[in-house]
Amino acid sequence: MAKVFIYPATSLILSDLVARFGHSPLSAAIQIRERIQTPGLDSPPLQITPEEPKKGLKYAAVEVPSGVRGRMSLYGPMIEKAEAAIIINDADYAFGCMGCARTNELIKFLVRSSGIPVLDLNYPKSEGEGEEFVAAIHAFLKELGESG
Amino acid sequence: MTKVRVAQLSCGPEYSGVQKEIDEAAAAVDAEIFYPDINLADIRRASNEFGLDVRSADLKLAIARGKALVEGKVEADAVFIATCFRCAEAAIVRNELRRYIHENSKLPVVSYSFTERTTAGTLLTRMEALTTIARRRALLAREVQEGTTLGVDSGSSTTKAVVMIDNEIAGTGWLPTTAVMKSAQDVISRALDEAGVKIADVEAIGTTGYGRFLVGKEIKADLIQEELTVNSKGAVYLADSQHGPSTVIDIGGMDNKAISVQDGIPGSFTMGGICAGASGRFLEMTAKRLGVDITELGPLAMKGTSGNVPMNSYCIVFGTQSLVNALAAGSTPEDVAAAACHSVAEQVFEQQLQEVDIKEPVIMVGGTSLIQGLVRAMGDLLQTKVVVPHHSQYIGAVGSALLSSGFIKGE
Repeated sequence: MAKVFIYPATSLILSDLVARFGHSPLSAAIQIRERIQTPGLDSPPLQITPEEPKKGLKYAAVEVPSGVRGRMSLYGPMIEKAEAAIIINDADYAFGCMGCARTNELIKFLVRSSGIPVLDLNYPKSEGEGEEFVAAIHAFLKELGESG
Repeated sequence: MTKVRVAQLSCGPEYSGVQKEIDEAAAAVDAEIFYPDINLADIRRASNEFGLDVRSADLKLAIARGKALVEGKVEADAVFIATCFRCAEAAIVRNELRRYIHENSKLPVVSYSFTERTTAGTLLTRMEALTTIARRRALLAREVQEGTTLGVDSGSSTTKAVVMIDNEIAGTGWLPTTAVMKSAQDVISRALDEAGVKIADVEAIGTTGYGRFLVGKEIKADLIQEELTVNSKGAVYLADSQHGPSTVIDIGGMDNKAISVQDGIPGSFTMGGICAGASGRFLEMTAKRLGVDITELGPLAMKGTSGNVPMNSYCIVFGTQSLVNALAAGSTPEDVAAAACHSVAEQVFEQQLQEVDIKEPVIMVGGTSLIQGLVRAMGDLLQTKVVVPHHSQYIGAVGSALLSSGFIKGE
């Protein structure tokens, strides 16, 4: 069983897929809802304190906006723990999304440069692409299980 | 009293740990923050229609919420736009959204860029101004002072009082702020003496400035109001510019205000300043270093040329260092004074005036408006003639006296 970081970290579908293959998903406990009545799309379930952006200094310098550093204090340790990762680029918001583009850039960079196995996919735009998309994730997760 | 509903359009406050501070600041002025309800499917569409192609999903959400407010799909009394400090993408959205809402609705709007160090106290005056504009439109529409009223401005550097009688300034008092209450009582006595009236003759009292709550409670003020709305009201009143657009600039001892005003009511405003190098304090320090009284700094600066002295007082410490270096290198006091004025004006121009729409007339108020070199520098940067009304240093006290007269008949 591998610890698999998923991006977008809010994707319940991706998280379920990882778990279904017997791996442990590293993701945010946040669901993107159809109606947004919170400050952001991926509002944190628990209150973040001003201490979190300071902890995020481990991943981003002080001139990086506080919101990026606050997010990194949550996702940075997950990336450190990850043994594999799946990145879905340009996903539909309903599939899972994260509110800050700068954080997303940093997360993807840290994952890609960490040396762990990474499946980097674009979000499918057609049914055919959808089938290939699911098959690629299956194959990646299956291979992780076999190699683990 | 009904709660004022403030729509929050934001990116990053929760992950910066400051959402609680925003909520607290709103609660302190009996307002409530809410997040306009938006469908996921509408976000991309609204963002595309707005035409600003940003990457951050939360900024797209903010744009969709701004459009919903302007289109009347969501009702609010005021708008608070907040994004992370140092995020360029967010700064563009913050600015364009503020302009869009200001131009296409009557909603008062304030924008702010926060860090994890932002506190409810920092946000309080802005939130108070937002709710005042929403709650007291009728009071702010007042154009004429009636009866005998007293206005007190308990500022961070100076305390001012004005007695107004039947739309005329009858007495004034001015002192550096030391002990807040004593300074207030002394300037009130001076203003009353000059006006030839007693406190018992005063029919209504208004207070503003940093000490407004303490002073207001002590002297039983009818109106205790933050300086953003009061100063803009006082500015357009004294400059005889109560109708149409105007821009009010107040470079204070501790912070600066830039306010877009329409028909005497603030529409959007910014308050603050990155460093004391962009405040009246720096000019006080310059005067002290040059060995002149602050009242002499303006005429001195008018005789100098700012370009002759390299000075960038982004920080008051480095600004003072530039000043000392220039004097040591043989620069004239006139040039140094002009450079200090230019430096302060330039910082206010670069950091704050970009966040409000500059519309003529540009009215400068507050004690620093008496420093001619500063007014000239601001006029040069804005390429306009800056208006400094009479009694401009008493602006908060005049605004308070004017507005408080609405309480005589219980408006």
